[in-house]
Amino acid sequence: MSRILTYEEKNTWIHGLSGVTKFLFFLVWSIVSMLTYDTRVLAVMLLLSFVIFKVSKTSWKQVGTVFKFILLFLVLNLLAVFLFSPNQGTAIYGTRTVLVPLVGRYSITKEQLFYEFNIMLKYFTVIPAVLMFIVTTNPSEFAASLNKVGVSYKISYAIAIALRYVPDVQSDFTKIKHAQEARGIEMSKKASLMERIKNMSAILFPLIFSSMDRIDVVSNAMELRGFGKNKRRTWYAGKKLTGKDYAVMIATVLFAVAALVITFYDGNRFYNPFQ
Amino acid sequence: MNQIEPIIEFKDFTFKYRAQVEPTLYDINLSVYPGEKVLIVGPSGSGKSTLAHCINGLVPFSFPGETTGELFIKGQKPEKMGIFGLSKIVGTVLQDTDGQFVGLTVAEDIAFALENDCLKQEDMKKRVSDVANVVEVNELLHHAPSELSGGQKQRVSMAGVMVDDVDILLFDEPLANLDPATGKKAIALIDQISRDNDVTVLIIEHRLEDALYRDVDRIIVVGEGRIVADMSPDELLCSGILKEQGIREPLYLSALEHAGCTVLPQSKPQHIESMDLSPYEAKVTEWFKQIERPKKEPVTEEVIGITDLCFSYVPGQPILKNINFSIHRGEMVSIVGKNGAGKTTLSNLICGFLTPDQGEIRLNGADISGLSIKERGEKIGLVMQNPNQMISKPMIFDEIALGLTVRGVPKDEIKERVNATLKICGLYPFRNWPVSALSFGQKKRVTIASILVMNPDILILDEPTAGQDYRHYMEIMEFLKELNEKKGITILMITHDMHLMLEYTDRAIVVADGEIIMDSTPAKVLTDETVAKRAYLKKTSLYDLAVKCNIKEPTEFVDSFIYYERELRENV
Repeated sequence: MSRILTYEEKNTWIHGLSGVTKFLFFLVWSIVSMLTYDTRVLAVMLLLSFVIFKVSKTSWKQVGTVFKFILLFLVLNLLAVFLFSPNQGTAIYGTRTVLVPLVGRYSITKEQLFYEFNIMLKYFTVIPAVLMFIVTTNPSEFAASLNKVGVSYKISYAIAIALRYVPDVQSDFTKIKHAQEARGIEMSKKASLMERIKNMSAILFPLIFSSMDRIDVVSNAMELRGFGKNKRRTWYAGKKLTGKDYAVMIATVLFAVAALVITFYDGNRFYNPFQ
Repeated sequence: MNQIEPIIEFKDFTFKYRAQVEPTLYDINLSVYPGEKVLIVGPSGSGKSTLAHCINGLVPFSFPGETTGELFIKGQKPEKMGIFGLSKIVGTVLQDTDGQFVGLTVAEDIAFALENDCLKQEDMKKRVSDVANVVEVNELLHHAPSELSGGQKQRVSMAGVMVDDVDILLFDEPLANLDPATGKKAIALIDQISRDNDVTVLIIEHRLEDALYRDVDRIIVVGEGRIVADMSPDELLCSGILKEQGIREPLYLSALEHAGCTVLPQSKPQHIESMDLSPYEAKVTEWFKQIERPKKEPVTEEVIGITDLCFSYVPGQPILKNINFSIHRGEMVSIVGKNGAGKTTLSNLICGFLTPDQGEIRLNGADISGLSIKERGEKIGLVMQNPNQMISKPMIFDEIALGLTVRGVPKDEIKERVNATLKICGLYPFRNWPVSALSFGQKKRVTIASILVMNPDILILDEPTAGQDYRHYMEIMEFLKELNEKKGITILMITHDMHLMLEYTDRAIVVADGEIIMDSTPAKVLTDETVAKRAYLKKTSLYDLAVKCNIKEPTEFVDSFIYYERELRENV
């Protein structure tokens, strides 16, 4: 059974990269995408995103639900931008080409559509990179890599171990929810939203208490096996950085520089097809 | 023996937890020698866990307190070594194998201690694969914990402490979460490891009969913070100390006692298989003959009926296949079978948490497929294994009233019904207490009370006594029996505990590989070798006793024994 948004072992070129490399790529990629509104740069990034997505052999099943969820947000975001600043496009590009006149200042303009299209492009360049990072990076290996680049191992291990217990807490949650529903605490749509939020406490309290029990056991178990003894530790799942990793890192940085140069070459972040 | 230095030595050792007024351990004098295999038994709260914590360093490093007297582990004082120094000598396998699984995969979990020792990756991989071979998990190295069975998780836990080349292996209730057959295997594995690797083994366990499946050198009985006995198993089993301390003795010994035999150490009572029964045979046979069991009238009024029930998560991989059975009013029935056989799925289907692929579930004769979880919950009460997973209110009264409050029952009626239930459950004096002040057994009662208050037709309990010592086990079970007999409540229990099934239920439904493979009396189930094997149960030692005493009807013998014990308990 493939779980949503969890690491899955596959034999691809991207899976072979170190977690650090992928993390760096993901960070740089997101920053560039946030900074630039240059449609040409975004278009290239979009294309690359899909290539990367394909190469990582990520299946739709792994990410579909989350993808749809993000799409929903995208739509909301686009609508909100139009609602609050319908003339943003005109302000940026300096022209106003009305396509569909609506009430008052709300008119659909070519410039506004183009501006919002760029926002959409940004979403689509970042999403595959995030999803790719999550489903192709072994959490333990990532913890190891983080530690290698200087993050304290206690912090990096905390990340890995949190992921270890996510399925356990999920199954606890389901069990508790069922038992409370049987006692008559309505969690389905039959109850009003306020009521459901109030009823949530009937699940959260037991969940928190049983999770505390779990934390007790885990921290004892870890201590009994020497966690925290030395200033450093080694990692079973650690991967050494290879030539491939360095190549990807260099390529990432070069790409970022190039993208930013192109973006800011004409003085602002926008590519203007209207002038 | 005297020339060898003990590996663990307590001298006039007393320990008091910082938060407590009275010491938990008094004047402990105890020596364990290298290579010994020692079983530590005692009821909950006797101090046996504290004793273990003193050995592995959780006391005083994680649970601080005051000590007097001396303790030496391998000739050194624990205070000097620290918890990390001790972890090189003492490897602890905790009771909750699920919780102590730290790594994301089997290999990483085994390697955890090595990682903390900064071993190089290549050396680590080799060491992990060596140890994995010893406990036979080498095929599972890349599996996640959720993909393992309870027995496999325990093997991984063992491997995880054995990578350190420890001198002492300490097992904290290794049998608590395992089905009977897996528990037997675990004991055999512990035995094998202790022989092959020349380590000292300490096992803390209250399931004495199961723990004695393989030889131990000594048994130490802890009671009220003191060492009550420190002797060979054969001597201890004949001494009567177990009974005094509220520890359950092996069933075959209870039977011998009922038959009027005085068992002597030279008969080697440690294992029924190798025990010399010739001096007792005649008495046992005679006792069996004189017990007359009354015939029970069968009840026929159906409470729950299940016909042709099928369920699968993934099409083509059925979890349950063609399940058919009825539970009658006033019955007390157990559902048994190995972990993952589909027992919990079955109760989830009855409660409506899952929807069957096919088949019918009836409550009082009517199909309930149209009823919601909440509606079913009014008639079918589910009590979860861990009370902490159910209790959501800080005060006892509110917790029990919850089911009524959300159903909009008037305040006066709530008060009346909750008070009545509190009285039934023996919780009335605590009604204004916070839940957190209660013991585990009392919390269990609170969860049962919070269900009972809704007047259900049937109670379903998931492992009602898991992890409880004999006294608490009796307390919970006698309470359920009373509910069953006096209030006429039908009770269905999902359990691993063969004693529970034998002593308290009249009928057992055995589930294996998604099917019901037997539906009969517990005595018949536990004397049927093929069924026991398929469902990972353990044949009862009473059966062996009967066979060895040349009794022709061993199943009848088991039934008679149970009848006799029940009568005995009732007349106390």
